[in-house]
Amino acid sequence: MSTIVIRPKRRFSLSDLKDLVRYRELFYFFSWRDLKVRYKQTAIGVAWAVLQPVISMIVFSVFFGRLAGVPSDNVPYPIFVFAGLLFWQFFSDALNETANTLVSNKAIITKVYFPRLILPVSSVITKFVDFAIAAVVLIALMVYYGFKPEFGHLFVLPLLLIIAFMAALGLGLFLAALNVKYRDVRYALPFLIQLLLFITPVIYPASIAGKYSYLLALNPMTGVIQSARAVLLGTTVINWNLLGLSAGACLLLLLAGLWYFKRIERVFADII
Amino acid sequence: MKPIIEVRGLGKKFIITHNKGGYVALRDVVAGFFKNPFKALTRKKKDEFWALRDVSFSVERGEVIGVIGGNGAGKSTLLKILSQITPPSEGEVILRGRVGSLLEVGTGFHPELSGRENIFLNGAILGMKKREIERKFDEIVAFAGVERFLDTPVKHYSSGMYVRLAFSVAAHMEPDILLVDEVLAVGDAEFQKKCLGKMDEITRKSGRTIFFVSHNMGAIANLCTRCVFLKNGQVNMIGKTDDVIEAYLKDAAERSSNDIAARKDRQGNGDLRITDAYLVDTDGNRVNSAISGKSISIALDYECKLGVSLKDIIIGLGIATPGGEGVTLFHTEMTKATLGPVSGSGTFICSIDRLPLVPKTYIANARITADGEVVDYLQNLFPIDVLDGDFFGTGSSIRHSLVYMPHAWRDVKRDSHAS
Repeated sequence: MSTIVIRPKRRFSLSDLKDLVRYRELFYFFSWRDLKVRYKQTAIGVAWAVLQPVISMIVFSVFFGRLAGVPSDNVPYPIFVFAGLLFWQFFSDALNETANTLVSNKAIITKVYFPRLILPVSSVITKFVDFAIAAVVLIALMVYYGFKPEFGHLFVLPLLLIIAFMAALGLGLFLAALNVKYRDVRYALPFLIQLLLFITPVIYPASIAGKYSYLLALNPMTGVIQSARAVLLGTTVINWNLLGLSAGACLLLLLAGLWYFKRIERVFADII
Repeated sequence: MKPIIEVRGLGKKFIITHNKGGYVALRDVVAGFFKNPFKALTRKKKDEFWALRDVSFSVERGEVIGVIGGNGAGKSTLLKILSQITPPSEGEVILRGRVGSLLEVGTGFHPELSGRENIFLNGAILGMKKREIERKFDEIVAFAGVERFLDTPVKHYSSGMYVRLAFSVAAHMEPDILLVDEVLAVGDAEFQKKCLGKMDEITRKSGRTIFFVSHNMGAIANLCTRCVFLKNGQVNMIGKTDDVIEAYLKDAAERSSNDIAARKDRQGNGDLRITDAYLVDTDGNRVNSAISGKSISIALDYECKLGVSLKDIIIGLGIATPGGEGVTLFHTEMTKATLGPVSGSGTFICSIDRLPLVPKTYIANARITADGEVVDYLQNLFPIDVLDGDFFGTGSSIRHSLVYMPHAWRDVKRDSHAS
């Protein structure tokens, strides 16, 4: 029989983990709900998951690849930008969803107890599905342009996804908790994501920054996107140092996000 | 055996910030800093408000305990602490068993999802396992009576169906401790009975503990063995349900008789306000109670806003049981009484000849409109104590039901065997 003790202050404890395990099915149910509901009452449904990155790719290819002549590490610009967009969209969509997840689930939070952490994690999980769908488009592009990745390096891709996951969740947890108190987050976030896009080598190669490219390396998504291109398109050799640095930075980001989230998790219902 | 719920010295403090609007915007914090940097750095003096203080009690396994109290007495806060939605500021709670809360029916329902899907989603949010939901699925659907609409999105459900399905999911949760808040306020009377029956069945059969918060005295009296009466965030009384309800009603009566004028929970535009309500006997004296079968008047003191003159006054004065069931209505439109124009202050008096109510405590609600607009609407205006009287003049002591109706019996013979 379980005994629950409710006291005023409670730091992160083992019982929190036990709760997460006990409620583990909720991860699935929240993700499932978000997926089910997402494309309800839309005419083309899940095709949106393909259309969004494809249209972005076309627009970027025309304006940056063709008209502005942005270099693309000697691979065709469309596939260059799509490989970047694939990971970028996962990151930015996940971040956006996570940051708003507590506020949009306000009704549940103020009425029922469950480990709040499940909500943001589920919203990131949902984005894996869009990633998978868009990845099919990338495979098609690779076949079309005749790129053959080195099979020995493919194991890096899941690692990249984990890094992007940690980055989105870490920053997302922080913003989600902040959003509960300051609704400014909701308005600042689209702007922040747009800014991040410009300091991430999505539409241009990291080499464009020349001797300042180490500054770009401070952004964890730089390592992810550069390595993705290295693995899939052979643009550069894989920079293991950069990748290790990104992984470390993201882990720290995740821990910091978790810490902040847990710190005010208990009073969410009072201030939301 | 140790009690299943132990509450010790529980308190919950809220800090009241005097910000207009609800949320703190970063802008205000920044602006505040520039306006007065030193003030922003030093700690601001904030108002504290204790929603609960020094609350201690324990509940034994299998008990159905009711919590009653006026608005703002701390009932919901207590329930939110017990269900771990909000943390206490002091004290502790020990819950020895699985807790299920039924704080608001339909929480977590998604309008776009079908009934079937929502059963699973809501069940999971309430803490049920998928296998558990699958096992009880048919039972849940049958209790809610929505078999035909299982695959329809719940946004197309009638509100009754919606509530039935939501309650059904929650009722089948089978926790050791079930926390229930006002869920029965929704839904039709028949369904309320069904829910009460289900809750009764849950406790009787399986020895579950129910913690029940409600304004519905009828439901509390029907279900609960013991009751906690909260007042201003503190335990005023714990004991047998009947005793506690009585104490609560007395308290409510005392409170309402002296501060109707100060009540804030009124609706209407406020051009005219009821400042007091009381009973008056045939000699015009203020009395504390009415007597069955005797004449009585209900007086409503009013005050108009300065400089306001109102005509076409319509008053509806409803009499209900403490459980909220309507008993009768005194309405100016029924008697075609013309009241007004009024200005300043005065008293509306409604006289009743031979009061046909059974001895009991009733609650009066009043709604006043002037020129077609609601000016004041107060629920639970004041309690009316009706004492035993000889309504039929026969000395009968039958007190069933609520209303005495003058009547006569006779026998019409068709065929007699006697002659």
